[in-house]
Amino acid sequence: MHLQVSDVSKTFGHGRAAKQVLEAVSFDLHAGEFVALVGSSGSGKSTVMRLIAGLDTPTSGMISLDGRPVRGPGSDRGMVFQKYSLYPWLTAAQNVAFGMELQGRSRQEVRERTSYFLEVVGLVDAARCLPRELSGGMQQRVAIARALAAEPRVLLLDEPFGALDIQIRESMQEFMHQLWQRTGLTALLITHDLEEALLLASQVHIMAPSPGRIVRRVAVDLDRSSMADLRLSPSFLSLREDLARTLRGLDAQPQ
Amino acid sequence: MAMVSDRSPVPRPITHPWTLGLLGILAVLLLWFLISASGSVDKLFLPSPQAVWQAGQREWSSGMLPKDLLASVQRVFIGFAMSAGLALPVGIAMGTNPVICRLLEPLMGLIRYMPAPAFIPLLIIYFGLEELPKVLLIFIGTFFFNALMIMDAVKFVPHELVETARTLGGRGLPIITRVVAPYIAPQVLDTYRINMASAWNLVIVAELVAASEGLGKRISLAQRFLRTDEIFVGLIVIGLIGLAIDLGFRLLMRRACAWAS
Repeated sequence: MHLQVSDVSKTFGHGRAAKQVLEAVSFDLHAGEFVALVGSSGSGKSTVMRLIAGLDTPTSGMISLDGRPVRGPGSDRGMVFQKYSLYPWLTAAQNVAFGMELQGRSRQEVRERTSYFLEVVGLVDAARCLPRELSGGMQQRVAIARALAAEPRVLLLDEPFGALDIQIRESMQEFMHQLWQRTGLTALLITHDLEEALLLASQVHIMAPSPGRIVRRVAVDLDRSSMADLRLSPSFLSLREDLARTLRGLDAQPQ
Repeated sequence: MAMVSDRSPVPRPITHPWTLGLLGILAVLLLWFLISASGSVDKLFLPSPQAVWQAGQREWSSGMLPKDLLASVQRVFIGFAMSAGLALPVGIAMGTNPVICRLLEPLMGLIRYMPAPAFIPLLIIYFGLEELPKVLLIFIGTFFFNALMIMDAVKFVPHELVETARTLGGRGLPIITRVVAPYIAPQVLDTYRINMASAWNLVIVAELVAASEGLGKRISLAQRFLRTDEIFVGLIVIGLIGLAIDLGFRLLMRRACAWAS
């Protein structure tokens, strides 16, 4: 698996109303990697995600998956949105099964994989619950299970925990990290939360706004055996402070 | 379902919605009874509740009322079924496809403002006095509202739901049948419930103009013979059927779209 984003720019609108939101964004993502794009709102990070998902097309540049250019949405790139993405009329299990049914898998396979992935995200007991009966964190875990069940080659996480309370967000970060270790999935995370990016990703790209571009790349090599310890470790804190300074500097610049 | 029970505690019997609704109806009935019993209004203008009840029984046992009822209900159901059935695909097509929307919305917005009863003379010229013009009147009077309201419902389907389906490999028709249609189902039922009231208005209007049977026809005949008691019977029966249909739609919605309540 090799996702390649090379020299991608995006401009919305035409003529005088044209607004460039991305300028020459390039990065790579290989199998088993967890990469994060961090930036404030307006840095175009969500646009990058939508372009990779195929929900939008770049103005220039190229996005390819295993050498094949991305031309539209497909189940090889699973996406988890920030919120409102579960089907409210389907139970948790039916939501997980949804993508597999669209793919035309056999009933037997859908049933087996649904219970497997509900177990992976720890929601076997909630299988028959409607989304509105689930907490925000549980809803996002269903959305993650649904994306994984469709067997994507890369998982796109668009601020997946952004709408959650801080305590739930921390436990979801822990969950996400374990899930990554256990399943060896490949993921691209979009977030404005620097701490979240450093906890989860092995590569962090810092994005600057107007137009959105990558201004700094950091390889994160931290001991993740205990997330609670990691949050307080000096190396983690100094790296976070270093990157936070970069982000603050970007905000201070006149636009 | 613990999360949905955060309504007010168990209401006292008197403030229960059904009790209050019934009280309102009973109050009007009592007022009617008192006025007619006082003799201050001529019986010809305001028949007593008992006289109306008797007239109703008479019409029922003579077989007239069941026949009228059946005729009107049949017209409403055929006309409205055509309207609802066609409005669903048209409304969805307009809501999902901007080209179709731009093409049809101004046209339908225009026709919608033409009062349906104004089509009666044309319909009679084209199709005579049989069933077709009455059914078509109901169709004309409700189709455009149904379609435009369904279109609006489709436009409010959250983008995330459609985009999620696309990133899961969905495209084309399954997006409509498995995402759009279930999401709008409650609003579609509500649209039908609301526009059903117009269908009832229109069938009565059509029958007042030209019909051999039907509740509207009965009312216009009663007027000719100054039978206000029979007019009251007709009005009350129409009201009761409307109420029953309304409740039926609400029940259907609660059953079929429990997730949305």
